[in-house]
Amino acid sequence: MFDSLSDKLSKAMKTLRGHSKLTEANIEAALREVRMALLEADVHVQVARTFLSRVKEKALGKDVLDGLNPAQAFIDIVHQELTAIMGGQVDEHPLNYASKGPTVVMMVGLQGAGKTTTSGKLAKFLKKAGRSPLLVPADVYRPAAIEQLHIVAKDAGVPSFRTEEKDPVAICKAALKEAELKGWDTVILDTAGRLHLDEQLMEELSKIKATCEPSEILFVADAMTGQDAVRSASAFHEKLAITGVVLTKADGDTRGGAAFSIKEVTGQPVKFVGEGEKLDDFQRFHPDRMAQRILGMGDVLSLIEHAKDRIDEKDAEQIAQRLAKNQFTLEDMRKQFQQVKKLGSMQKIIGMMPGMGQMKEQLASVASDKRVTHMEAILNSMTPKERANPNLLDGKRRRRIALGAGRPVHEVNQLLKQYLEMKKMMSQMNDPKFMQKMQRMAGGKGMPGMGGGLGGFKMPF
Amino acid sequence: MGLLDGLLDKFKQGLRRTQELVLSPIQGLLGLRRLDEDQLQELEDLLLQADLGVHAVDRLMARLRFEMKRSGDIDPRAALKDELLKILHLHPSRPLTAGETQVLLLVGVNGVGKTTTLGKLAAHLKARGEGVMVVAGDTFRAAAIDQLEAWGVRAGVPVVRNQMGGDPAAIAYDGAASALAKSIPWVLIDTAGRLHTKDHLMKELDKIRRSLQKVIPSAPHRVFMVLDATTGQNGITQAEAFKQVAGVTDLILTKLDGSAKGGVVVPILERLKLPIAYVGVGEGVDDLIPFDPEAFVDGLLGA
Repeated sequence: MFDSLSDKLSKAMKTLRGHSKLTEANIEAALREVRMALLEADVHVQVARTFLSRVKEKALGKDVLDGLNPAQAFIDIVHQELTAIMGGQVDEHPLNYASKGPTVVMMVGLQGAGKTTTSGKLAKFLKKAGRSPLLVPADVYRPAAIEQLHIVAKDAGVPSFRTEEKDPVAICKAALKEAELKGWDTVILDTAGRLHLDEQLMEELSKIKATCEPSEILFVADAMTGQDAVRSASAFHEKLAITGVVLTKADGDTRGGAAFSIKEVTGQPVKFVGEGEKLDDFQRFHPDRMAQRILGMGDVLSLIEHAKDRIDEKDAEQIAQRLAKNQFTLEDMRKQFQQVKKLGSMQKIIGMMPGMGQMKEQLASVASDKRVTHMEAILNSMTPKERANPNLLDGKRRRRIALGAGRPVHEVNQLLKQYLEMKKMMSQMNDPKFMQKMQRMAGGKGMPGMGGGLGGFKMPF
Repeated sequence: MGLLDGLLDKFKQGLRRTQELVLSPIQGLLGLRRLDEDQLQELEDLLLQADLGVHAVDRLMARLRFEMKRSGDIDPRAALKDELLKILHLHPSRPLTAGETQVLLLVGVNGVGKTTTLGKLAAHLKARGEGVMVVAGDTFRAAAIDQLEAWGVRAGVPVVRNQMGGDPAAIAYDGAASALAKSIPWVLIDTAGRLHTKDHLMKELDKIRRSLQKVIPSAPHRVFMVLDATTGQNGITQAEAFKQVAGVTDLILTKLDGSAKGGVVVPILERLKLPIAYVGVGEGVDDLIPFDPEAFVDGLLGA
C-alpha cells in the first residue's frame, strides 16, 4: 500500500525540472509528501512536524547540484537529516561494560515486545563476541515466562539462572552473586513486561535497578508500534533512564517509524535490531538503513551485510576466481543456491531491496523458496562429473536427472538455460567495458532510489 | 552550534507540549464550538496520535471543516463521534452462540497476546455455562504450551496438547475431533505468532484450516485476528494478509488498558470489513469484554 517515497517525491516535484534553487514554493509539495510518508511509517505527529521544519530550514536556498533534479536534492537532505538523528555513525562498542565485576544488562519494555526472545538473542550475540553471559528470568507474572527463558537459554547455548526465589528483586540479586562466584561476566535480566501506566510494576523495575546497578538498561520496542511509542518510551525513560533501545520484529514490512520517535524522545540510541525467528537473527543497528526504510527507500545495505555474514567466504572466493577464469560450472551454481538459502527466505531478501514497491509481489512469486529448492534438487540429482562438465547432459541424462529430482524435464532444460545465461552474464561482468556501461545506466534514470543498476540485472532465480 | 542547540531546545519544548497534550484530554478542544486553524491543527494531531492513520484523519477533518462552513455552529466532538460511530456500526460482530461444536481459531503476529486472549475467551465462554476445550496449537514459541496450560487451569477447561515442535495442524485436528466426539460446543485453537510477511508460516495456517475441515467441514467457524492496540499503520497490512490466508472473520483488540487507543482498527474495519469482536483490557481472567463502539470512540476522543 505504500508507494516508495522517492516515486512520490519525483511526482510532486516534476514541475520543478530546471529550477536551480530549492525555495519555499517549490518544496511545499515535497514537504507534504514527506510528512505523509513519515506518518504512514508511524513516526509520531509532533516528531514529524519538528523534523520537517528542520528539513525545510536546511533545504531553503540550497543550490541544486549539477546532475541532480530538485527532487533528488531534496531527498538527499531528508535522508541525511534522518540518518543524523537516528544516530549517525555506528558505535564501535554497542554496550557499556562494567569496569569491575559482572556487567548487568537489564531488559525492559511492554508486554509482547519480545523481551525474552531478545534476551536470548543478545546472550548469543555476546557469547559470539567472547563474553560469558548468564540469563536471568525475572518475570514471575506471565505464566511460563521463566520456562520460556530457560528454553531460549538452552538454544543459545548459555546458562540460565535457576532459583526457588519468587521475588524479582531477590532473584536478580541472587543471580548477580552467582555470576560473581562462577565468573559469568555479563548478566542479562529479563524483566516482566508491563504497561508503563502500571505504577506498582514500574516501582519493581526501579528497585531492580537500584539493587543491581545495571550498566545498560535496554528498552525493547516492537518495530510495528504506532504513535504510542512516544508515550511508553518516555515513561520508561523517565522512570529508569534507559541507555539504549532494541527494535524487535523488524523483519516484517513495517516502516519502523517508532524507532525514530523513540530516539527523539529519549535521546538514547537504538543499539540492536531483531529480525527473525532464529536466535541468530539479531544485528547491530544501522541508522542510515533505518532512515531509508522509514522513508520507504529499502535496505539494500542490510542485505549486503546479511549476505556477507552468512556466506562462506572461502566458497565465495573460489567462485569468484573461477568466474574470473570463466570456469563457472553447475557445481558453482549449486553452491550459490546453497548460499542463497543461507540468506533466509527469498521474501526477506526481496523485502530488503529498495524501490521494489510494486515489483515485490511479482518477484515473490517468481523467486519463491520452492523454486530454489526445486532447482537445487535438480542439481543434486546430477553426478559430480555432470556438474563439472555440463556438456555431458544429453537427453537421456536429463530425463534421468528429472526423474531423480521429481521435477519435469523442461525444468531441467530451463535450469541449464539459466546456467548458460548466468555464465554469459558473468563473463560480461569481467569485461571492463560492460561494467562501464552498467555504471552509466546506474547514473541514469533506472529505478529511483536504487541506483538503477539492479533493474537491468537478471537474477539467477 | 548555537543554532543547533536552539533548535534542539525548541524541539524539546515541542515534545513537552506533546506530552502535556496527551495528558490533557482532547475534550477541552472538542467542547469549543468554533475552532480556529490552530485548534483544528491540534485536533488533527490528536486524531493522528490515536493511530487512525493519515487517510482516515484527512477525511474526518475534511468532513468537520465542511460541516463547520455549512452550519457555522456545530459541536465538533459530536460531529466526529457521529462520523466514527457510523464507520464502526457498518460491520458489527456476530455474537458467539453455542450449538453444535464450533471451532474458533486465533491468529496474529508475535506478541499481541493470542495465548492470553485465548485463555480469557475460554473463561468467558465457560462462565456462560458452556463447554470449552482449548488446543495448544503454538508448538513453536518456547513454553507457549505451558503458558496455555496455566490458563486452562485458571479457566477450568481441558487443554489438548502435544510436545513442542509438533505439527500444529495435527494437534488442531485432534482437538476438533475430541470436542466433536464429546459434543463440546467450543474448541479454541491457539496458533504460533507469525509475521504476515512470512510466506511459509502463513501457509501453515492454511494447512491448519484444511485439517480442521476434515473433522468439521464448516470449520473454523470464526477466525479471530488478535491485534495489539499499540500497533501502528502496519496493522492494516497484517489484517490484509491474515484475512487472505487464514480467512479472518473478526478482530480482537488487546492491551487497550495502556495509553494506546488502537485507532488502526478504524481503517481496517473500513477497508477490510472486519468487525471488532472483543477488547482486552487487563491481565485478569475477566479482562476480555465485548467491543462497545460508543466506549471505544469515547476513548479515541479522550472523553
